[in-house]
Amino acid sequence: MSSKPRIVITGLGLTAPNGNSLGEFRANLLAGKARIAVIDVRHMGKHPAGVCDFDTNKWQKRKELRIGTRVGSISIFCAREALGDSGLDWDKVDKSRVGVYLGITEHGNVETENEIHNISQFGNDTKYWTHHHNPRTVANNPAGEVTMNMGITGPHYTIGAACAAGNAGLIQAAQMLQLGEVDIAFAGGVSESIHTFGIFAGFKNQGALGAHEDPTKASRPFDKNRNGIVISEGGAIYVLERLDDALARGARIIAEIAGWCINSDATDAVLPNPERQTECVHMALKRAGMKPQDIHIVSTHATATALGDIQECTALRNVFTDCPDTKINNTKSFIGHCMGAAGALELAGNLPSFDDNWVHPTINIDELDPECAMPGLVINHPVKVARVDTILNNSFGMLGINSALIVKKYGVA
Amino acid sequence: MTKDDIKQVVLDIIADIAPDEDLTAVKPEVRLRDQLSLDSMDFLDIVMELRKKHGIEVPEADYVQLASLDSCANYLHPKFEAKGK
Repeated sequence: MSSKPRIVITGLGLTAPNGNSLGEFRANLLAGKARIAVIDVRHMGKHPAGVCDFDTNKWQKRKELRIGTRVGSISIFCAREALGDSGLDWDKVDKSRVGVYLGITEHGNVETENEIHNISQFGNDTKYWTHHHNPRTVANNPAGEVTMNMGITGPHYTIGAACAAGNAGLIQAAQMLQLGEVDIAFAGGVSESIHTFGIFAGFKNQGALGAHEDPTKASRPFDKNRNGIVISEGGAIYVLERLDDALARGARIIAEIAGWCINSDATDAVLPNPERQTECVHMALKRAGMKPQDIHIVSTHATATALGDIQECTALRNVFTDCPDTKINNTKSFIGHCMGAAGALELAGNLPSFDDNWVHPTINIDELDPECAMPGLVINHPVKVARVDTILNNSFGMLGINSALIVKKYGVA
Repeated sequence: MTKDDIKQVVLDIIADIAPDEDLTAVKPEVRLRDQLSLDSMDFLDIVMELRKKHGIEVPEADYVQLASLDSCANYLHPKFEAKGK
């Protein structure tokens, strides 16, 4: 990608179940603090879930909150926080040159289920169905809510990419910046999935819904006794710019986008394919001009399903053989599976490693599954390393979508 | 239910659908849209809440009757009376 403009991250805003800023999120990851609640899911009773507690009134009026969606609110909070972090002089930014690209796993389930419940209180008479339904459920909703809140008049849309969506949002933004379609991009991933019982019921009936008497231990990727996914909400939105633009305004550069790949299994709707995942990671490395040995942290996608974790580990063992400086971790063990936000949040949690050289672990491993054993897997306790210059962020999803995104510390070769 | 009661019903609905608005000095004879930040979707919310909370239907042709608190009270009074309220 050397002939194309270099793309850098210059701002970040997030909300995760265990933190509403990068500092808080990172501190909890290094301290081994998971935060998973138990919520009452409509029709299903109590289940563990990752719940965000950001201040919804910080950037939105109460009327906006009433009319909009939960994921729109998450998106606005993250985008506004990212703007603040970026140091952009917003009043002087040409809003027509700003794009919003947000990855989503799904959208509209929450709002549709709510309306079905609403009209069930009125004999299922559709005249009680809200006129807000369509603007709430159009697929561009979260990105569109950001543009309305911030006065952005450039392009906005969401990227539906199952649980690979967080990476896909960032990749889309990088591509649009390289094409010159926009000068500034707000990009990442968002999710409100804990508010739809359908996601819980679907995973439960698939035998893939995580449970544990201690909710903070329910999400335990790579543990021999893992039993499925903990569904969470959240968001992480980045400010991306071309390097030259960032340098010209004296921006603080958090990281550089080095390479990426999105490919497809073309095999099964739910069972991942390690061969295609291996190809995806290899292609991302090739495009970044790197070898496996150049990667210092691999942020895994593993969701704590019985087969999915093994498949990813198989792919990683295929790629990262003889890589003594490569550490491997997992963030879902702290916050559950934030669905469309997962990839973007998991990358965020690792970015401070460029400065502090700590690698947060995957927690909740009481007994490592031998089939998930990998050299470099950081288990239960953070490790300090000599240097972290590169992060490879895996994010995979249903229908066989794979994504690998590589970011590097700015200024390293 | 008196016309003043009906005005309060409408104000209570507006308080829910436009929670950022200051409703302490709403003039009953002035168009609501001229003194509050309300759009067409908000008026549809008023219609919906009248339907849900009070069983009162406002046909689309009559939406103009909801322009001010006074016109709301005049228009809705016989409908509330018909409901025995």
